[in-house]
Amino acid sequence: MSDASQSLITLSGISRTFQLGDSTVHALRNVDLHVSPGEYIAVMGPSGSGKSTLLNLLGLLDRPDIGTYQLESRDVTTLNPDELAKVRSERIGFIFQSFHLVPRLTAAANIELPLTLAGVPAAERAKRVAQALQEYGLTDRAQHRPNELSGGQRQRVAIARATVQRPAVLLADEPTGNLDRVTGEEVVRLLEALNAQGTTLIVVTHDPALGARARRQIRMEDGSIVSDTTNAQASST
Amino acid sequence: MKLTDTLRYASDAATGTPLRTGLLMLAMSIGVAAVVILTALGDGARRYVVGEFSAIGSNLVIVLPGRSETRGFNPANLVTSTPRDLTVNDASALLRLPSVTRISPILIATTEVNAAGKLREAMLLGTNDEYIHVRQQKVALGRFLSKSDLGNGGAEVVLGAVIRRDIFGSENPLGKTVRIGDRRLRVVGVLAEGGQGMGMTTDELLIVPIATAQAMLNTNTLFRILVEARSREQIGEVKANVLKMLTQRHEGEEDVTVITQDAVLKTFDKILNVLTLGVAGIAAISLAVAGILVMNVMLVSVTQRTAEVGLLKALGATSAAVRQLFMAEALLLSLSGGLLGTGLGYLGAAVLRHVYPTFPAYPPLWAVLAGLGTSLLSGLIFGVMPARRAAQLDPIQALSKR
Repeated sequence: MSDASQSLITLSGISRTFQLGDSTVHALRNVDLHVSPGEYIAVMGPSGSGKSTLLNLLGLLDRPDIGTYQLESRDVTTLNPDELAKVRSERIGFIFQSFHLVPRLTAAANIELPLTLAGVPAAERAKRVAQALQEYGLTDRAQHRPNELSGGQRQRVAIARATVQRPAVLLADEPTGNLDRVTGEEVVRLLEALNAQGTTLIVVTHDPALGARARRQIRMEDGSIVSDTTNAQASST
Repeated sequence: MKLTDTLRYASDAATGTPLRTGLLMLAMSIGVAAVVILTALGDGARRYVVGEFSAIGSNLVIVLPGRSETRGFNPANLVTSTPRDLTVNDASALLRLPSVTRISPILIATTEVNAAGKLREAMLLGTNDEYIHVRQQKVALGRFLSKSDLGNGGAEVVLGAVIRRDIFGSENPLGKTVRIGDRRLRVVGVLAEGGQGMGMTTDELLIVPIATAQAMLNTNTLFRILVEARSREQIGEVKANVLKMLTQRHEGEEDVTVITQDAVLKTFDKILNVLTLGVAGIAAISLAVAGILVMNVMLVSVTQRTAEVGLLKALGATSAAVRQLFMAEALLLSLSGGLLGTGLGYLGAAVLRHVYPTFPAYPPLWAVLAGLGTSLLSGLIFGVMPARRAAQLDPIQALSKR
């Protein structure tokens, strides 16, 4: 699985600094990371350790100051904003702590959004949305707006939206942060099932229990990766 | 992103906040409605005035003796400077011109009328039987002057409405005799009240055949000759022909002035058109205000939907796509406001016409199109800034805001 020739993500010498008033904050310092397809990674660390910046960078929402980022053997640090948007649209799925559903759109319309933005024809969209709704058990909730859904259902809609374009990488930022234990568990299982089907899953979390489930744990501190361990066997709670 | 999807997303966004959208559309529609109604008023005033003038007889060419304008040196000016009089023969000659349907010679003098022991001063108008048609007036009682040879007139008179009331009261004046100067004339008709002609009311006129008037005043000159062209388009031709014929008849000297009501009408038309434009300009200011409102609302909308913009970008929307979404929303808002305003404007104009049926308050098409165009344009112009702001939002910061 960790075959070097079969690389999904390669970060080399990535640094990112922010200017906060007079002081310079080093969010990432000389980070090297190698991710193979199908991996399940948890990124952990205290607040301000740079894990969110890393996730934004991986999701092409942010650019490094120094270093190169190769996604599927393509250097994406040199792409222009429109090309980045296209890569985001096709290869990357985001899952947020606060779901980020568009409140006025129905569950189905929220799931449809990435397809609409990508200019997929309406008939094709309808087919894929119906399929996604069925896969995530949301068919009877299709016409509900986010405020009519439970937290777990909302996150399922968000996951359906993130995966409807069949991305290579799924980036989840505290996916269970706003959910109770039971629904959180349900959402994690859903994500792990996707991973089992081959989608690379990278989860940023504070929760050690959630982090421990991943096969590979990356611990960050002060903008650097301080430990990178791979479990022989994923533990379960 | 497809255009239809952009439009649907934008309209969803607009209907997602009904109060804000409603207020914005109201502001825009008031602007457009103001343009439509005010231009309807301005253009209505123009039509009204033009219509009233046409009612008097806009096919009219009026001939008066003497030159009222100076032209360059002419040897004829040296020979004689006294203009020849207009005569009844001139008038009959004009009737033979092509495109002339009617002529009516006019002679005017002040005189006294005496009947039933009452004496009254009045205007005497000598003319022919065509006068009533040429000036488009109505007889309230009896008939107008009978058709007669221009050279000899009967002893008959048509009274103005006020004269009739002052002399005969409620009595039927038909067939009675009045004394005008030293002549006794039989009353054959009474004019309808409220007529206008030659810059005065017809209510105080005594109308007698031209020959009778000339005999009474012991003159053979005319005050005016009214010439009616077959249609408005032929006025220019008739005017030229009249001038040519009279110059010919007056031994080659152009000693008459020919005026048309069309010229007066054109001037009014021009003045009132400018007025309408001015009024439209004032109304357009309210459209500009509405445009600024669109910008304001869209800026607020961008701020409120920061997280949504961040999400769209994370989902793979390009900056151009985000900009288009917000532009489309601004355009949709102003266009629907504009359409609503056009509807309101037409409704307002219809109400005006209902309240004042004689006033033709129809909004001109150019004003409606200009109103709609301006609303669209202001949506476009004032939508650019908010849309750019949305497109430039940093997705990371946008997403962290909630």
